Amino acid sequence: MAQDGVAQQAGTHKNMILAEGVVKTFGQGERKVTALDNVSVTIRENEFFTLLGPSGCGKTTLLRLIAGFDLPDRGNILLDGQEIGHLPPYKRPVNTVFQNYALFPHMTVARNIGFGLEMQGRPKSEVSEAVNRMLALVQMEHLADRQTDQLSGGQQQRVALARALAPHPKVLLLDEPLSALDLKLRKEMQIELKRLQHETGITFVFVTHDQDEALTMSDRIAVMSAGNILQVGPPKEIYNNPARRFVADFIGDINILEADLAVNDTQVTLPGGARIDAILPEGGATPGHVSVAIRPENMILTTAEAPGAALRGTITNIVYFGSGHNVHVALDSGPEITVRCAQIAQDVGAKVGIILPDAVQVLVD
Amino acid sequence: MAQISTISPALQAESDAKLADAKAQTAAAARRRRFQLLSPAVLLIGIFGLFPLTITLVYSFLSPGSYGGVTWEFSTDAYVQFLFEADIFDDTLSFSTTYLSIFSRSIGLALVATIGALIIGFPTAYFIASKRPEQRNFWLFLITLPFWTNLLIRTYAVLLIIRDEGIINLGLMGIGITDKPIGILYTDFAVFMGLIYSYLPFMVLPLYASLEKLDFRLVEAAYDLYASRFQVLRHIIIPMAKPGIVAGCILVFIPGLGAYITPELLGGGKELMIGNLIALQFGGSRNWPFGSAAALILMVVVMLSLIVYVRYAGKEGSSHG
Repeated sequence: MAQDGVAQQAGTHKNMILAEGVVKTFGQGERKVTALDNVSVTIRENEFFTLLGPSGCGKTTLLRLIAGFDLPDRGNILLDGQEIGHLPPYKRPVNTVFQNYALFPHMTVARNIGFGLEMQGRPKSEVSEAVNRMLALVQMEHLADRQTDQLSGGQQQRVALARALAPHPKVLLLDEPLSALDLKLRKEMQIELKRLQHETGITFVFVTHDQDEALTMSDRIAVMSAGNILQVGPPKEIYNNPARRFVADFIGDINILEADLAVNDTQVTLPGGARIDAILPEGGATPGHVSVAIRPENMILTTAEAPGAALRGTITNIVYFGSGHNVHVALDSGPEITVRCAQIAQDVGAKVGIILPDAVQVLVD
Repeated sequence: MAQISTISPALQAESDAKLADAKAQTAAAARRRRFQLLSPAVLLIGIFGLFPLTITLVYSFLSPGSYGGVTWEFSTDAYVQFLFEADIFDDTLSFSTTYLSIFSRSIGLALVATIGALIIGFPTAYFIASKRPEQRNFWLFLITLPFWTNLLIRTYAVLLIIRDEGIINLGLMGIGITDKPIGILYTDFAVFMGLIYSYLPFMVLPLYASLEKLDFRLVEAAYDLYASRFQVLRHIIIPMAKPGIVAGCILVFIPGLGAYITPELLGGGKELMIGNLIALQFGGSRNWPFGSAAALILMVVVMLSLIVYVRYAGKEGSSHG
């Protein structure tokens, strides 16, 4: 059952969604595009799971397959142990928050929220009770009788959330729901979403291309590229130990250096001869030429003569960004790297030394 | 900045006033320009709409001339004749439903034709709207194709098809379903069919305009919220298409109500419709005042039913429009 190692470790969790070998292509002949290329993933009950990747990586396609808007070419999708891959959307206990919210413009806020329950044929009293509960949950009680086009973006967002949560689905799918909001509101909604997930206990599957959003809210993240899932893990693991070059590159700022890994060695040799402990990706790495990743904030800038400095170079540029500086250093051995520090005494052109972290991550392409 | 703050309040007020003045002048000029653009339409409707309408109104209160036309003698006979029948011997009036029944028959036929056009036109419009944008024009072109031929000729074509020796009857007899022609021509059904055929494009085009704007993501959202296909149609698609439904029904009902060619040719003039009744008064019956009165009554009926209809439809549909 558990296809990724993490799920095995946390074996007490029940699996909510299980996708196995899912393939989805669009178009035919020359214009055939493979949106999902044999994707398998496990999403646990009660977790905030994020599909993260650039546009066109297949994350929205996977979401639409779970929702039932598209049907997979091959593979199975199980929800709570039941095969749902070929059910129409209205027969799946799954609801979606759409990117553009897709609120019904000819209905009031309250009717929008009650729509799902109404369609399920629940009695009126139950519908209105659920609507009131949802309005309270998203703090929109005072706007129940408004038309949806009289709401601000943030309010529409809350209505869309309430509407999707009202039927109490087993899984809530969120398709880049925050992308239309401005930065401040987005930050607020990130916290709000996390709160809602906690309070309702519903499994959230969140699609985004925004790595900050993914890192902030998720219990686990699946990083996708070109129709494949490259790595699945908690935010810290994804950030600190990216296994693939794409993952390292996509999430946060990172320096990727060429290094040499000898057979059966636990250390890599960096350009310039410095030796440092290597964290090998799951499944190991082929010895020889490898790429290693170092976060800018995990290095310390020091004087050129400092004894602990593993790398030496010259400052080529200093970029101030509010809470610190990004210092670009041209290494004596060739490549240029970025080091992040709060304060900087030296100026452009100064010779500096760089203290490396205890270990660096080795990447697989 | 410093300069602005040193300007005296009086000077400031004066420049404000000038600014307001200039703004008012520009607004007035814009209004004038808009009105100038409107003038051809106003002129056209004035000459060919209001003026004849006034003549009709005046004629309806005059007496008929013996050989057509009118004699300038005030009379309300035309309106009286519409509701009452004069006894041939003593001229006493008794209530008559002859003309009322022609009106109600016409209204009924136009209504049924409108509903028929809606039932046929809605799936058609939905089909076109759900095509890829570059394909839609082709289908719209097909819808407008009948307009390339005159309505009279098209109606004759329908006549040729449905008459006893027409292709339908010959075909039915040929495959042995029936041994003598089923009479389609000169029935209410023929008129009903002819009306739908003539006015279907007027239903499809506004429906398409509405459905084309329909956000199909809303349909997806409704499916996601457990709505079945029928529920999606009822709760999402039809309410969103309401402006098109209202417009289409008006565009079919009104010309259908006053239709002349179709009932004349396909109905055989056996059972009169309003259009034929009015035409008859100016022709064979030579009773222009009564023809004028019937035309005005028709207009009032249409106007009243439109007001009621739009009010009713507006109440449910306009909240998002």
